Amino acid sequence: MIKVEGLTKSFGPQKVLRELSLDVATGTITIVIGRSGGGKSVFLKHLIGLFRPDAGRIMVDGVDISRLRGRDLDEIRRTYGVVFQGGALFDSMSCFDNVAFPLREKVRTPPDELAKRVEAALAQVGLEGVGAKYPAEISGGMRKRVAIARALVTEPQIVFFDEPTTGLDPVLVNTIHHLILDLHRRFRFTAVVVSHEIPEIFEIADTVAMLHEGRIVEVGPPAAIQGSTNPVVQKFIKGEPDTGS
Amino acid sequence: MLERPLAPALRPFDAVGGWTIAVVDSLGRFGTFFAEALAALVTPPFKIRAFVDRIHFIGYNSLLIIFLTGAFTGMVLGLQIYLTLVRFGSEAFLGPAVALSLIRELGPVLAALMVTGRAGSALTAELGIMRITEQIDALTVMALSPMRYLAAPSILAGLVTFPLMTALFDVVGIFGGYLVGVKLLGLSEGTYFGEMQTFVGIDDIMVGFWKSLSFGVIVTWVCTYKGFNVGHGAEGVARATTQAVVLSSVLILVWDYFMGSVLQ
Ligand SMILES: Nc1ncnc2c1ncn2[C@@H]1O[C@H](COP(=O)(O)OP(=O)(O)O)[C@@H](O)[C@H]1O
Ligand SMILES: [Mg+2]
Repeated sequence: MIKVEGLTKSFGPQKVLRELSLDVATGTITIVIGRSGGGKSVFLKHLIGLFRPDAGRIMVDGVDISRLRGRDLDEIRRTYGVVFQGGALFDSMSCFDNVAFPLREKVRTPPDELAKRVEAALAQVGLEGVGAKYPAEISGGMRKRVAIARALVTEPQIVFFDEPTTGLDPVLVNTIHHLILDLHRRFRFTAVVVSHEIPEIFEIADTVAMLHEGRIVEVGPPAAIQGSTNPVVQKFIKGEPDTGS
Repeated sequence: MLERPLAPALRPFDAVGGWTIAVVDSLGRFGTFFAEALAALVTPPFKIRAFVDRIHFIGYNSLLIIFLTGAFTGMVLGLQIYLTLVRFGSEAFLGPAVALSLIRELGPVLAALMVTGRAGSALTAELGIMRITEQIDALTVMALSPMRYLAAPSILAGLVTFPLMTALFDVVGIFGGYLVGVKLLGLSEGTYFGEMQTFVGIDDIMVGFWKSLSFGVIVTWVCTYKGFNVGHGAEGVARATTQAVVLSSVLILVWDYFMGSVLQ
């Protein structure tokens, strides 16, 4: 269970998050939608402990991670998997080594088991045999899938996805959504996904939360969001242009 | 946060105060960065492979430029010092004059400047790109310290490679001086190397060694710090790289003067 209460963050004079509150139930897929530049990545980076809030609490299974440092924070992070917006694969390593890296460094797996697990993780995302390639040598969609494999190879309890499909073609978008759903069914992790893919993303969501002007303005199951009477939500999911207010 | 506007007379004080706070703040972060890297350096697990990779990155990649600049520096010294000494009829001292200038002063400084240009800039750019593409964040959220994996190995590699690069620069430079002084200008080989043996002591070599060791720390510290703290986008990386090279070069010269006056 992740419970965010009154999360506030400014960068200099710019207020990005204003008393944001959101609950994420264990074992569900929660989608965060909202305008580009609206602070979705900043919100996600608070959840993974890369940013410290100016005010508010981020409770993960009853522990306020915004107060943790060093080893204690690392303890929580060991249960995390994170897929960054650009994939954040290590350029200097092959795809195999990228996926193997957290296993080698975090859990000290013996080499033969390691190879098996990495190959299995790559196969899960439909990328058997690309292990020897470097991130610069594969397409954007493949990079995102390698990043997903790397995030899941340690069997995390909570997985964060920052725009896992932005910039991909419609076929790949659906492939990755079903991949997330499929892996979720298999591993039962809690997922927090930032996404712009409306309405496709509604198919895999348990809960959708709309971030607007630093707050979660509406949260509920996909059907409720689609039927929302909140004009901000309606405008966003219909993709209506700003009429200047 | 609402603040009352300052009286115009107070504004310069406000500016100076703000500037001072910014300088002290960044110095503090610069120092903390080094302390964290040191802590990662002395506590296991040690990242041997990353360390070897950094030696390759900083040292091996700089070999050619060190060789070239060392050779030409030695040749220039050989020529200029010969032309000066010959006026006093003391060209016999060409060997020690070339060797002492190189070993005490030019070797450590020029080698450090060259490695900064060749490898320090690349180090900042590489780390800066890792920062803006969230690779450093990815390490952090894997609960793996970027200090341990990226900063500490670079600084340790600086400690090892700078003295080696300096030694190479000195040796190549002395042979450059030999080429000009002995082969070109006709000094006897025995005089060139013999007088060098008489006049160059272990003290001189240690002066160069301590200088190069400290330059190794300064350059890798500045370059990794700048790489870790880039601004946004490609422009941020470009700016950080320039700043890293300029700051490293200035610090090398300032520190060289300081060391020169302490280690007589
Ligand atoms: N490290 C940072 N320093 C300063 N401003 C930042 C930083 N990270 C994000 N911002 C600002 O916060 C706002 C929200 O950004 P972001 O969370 O990336 O938006 P998005 O919803 O598209 O993911 C942007 O205006 C951005 O400029
Ligand atoms: Mg974003």
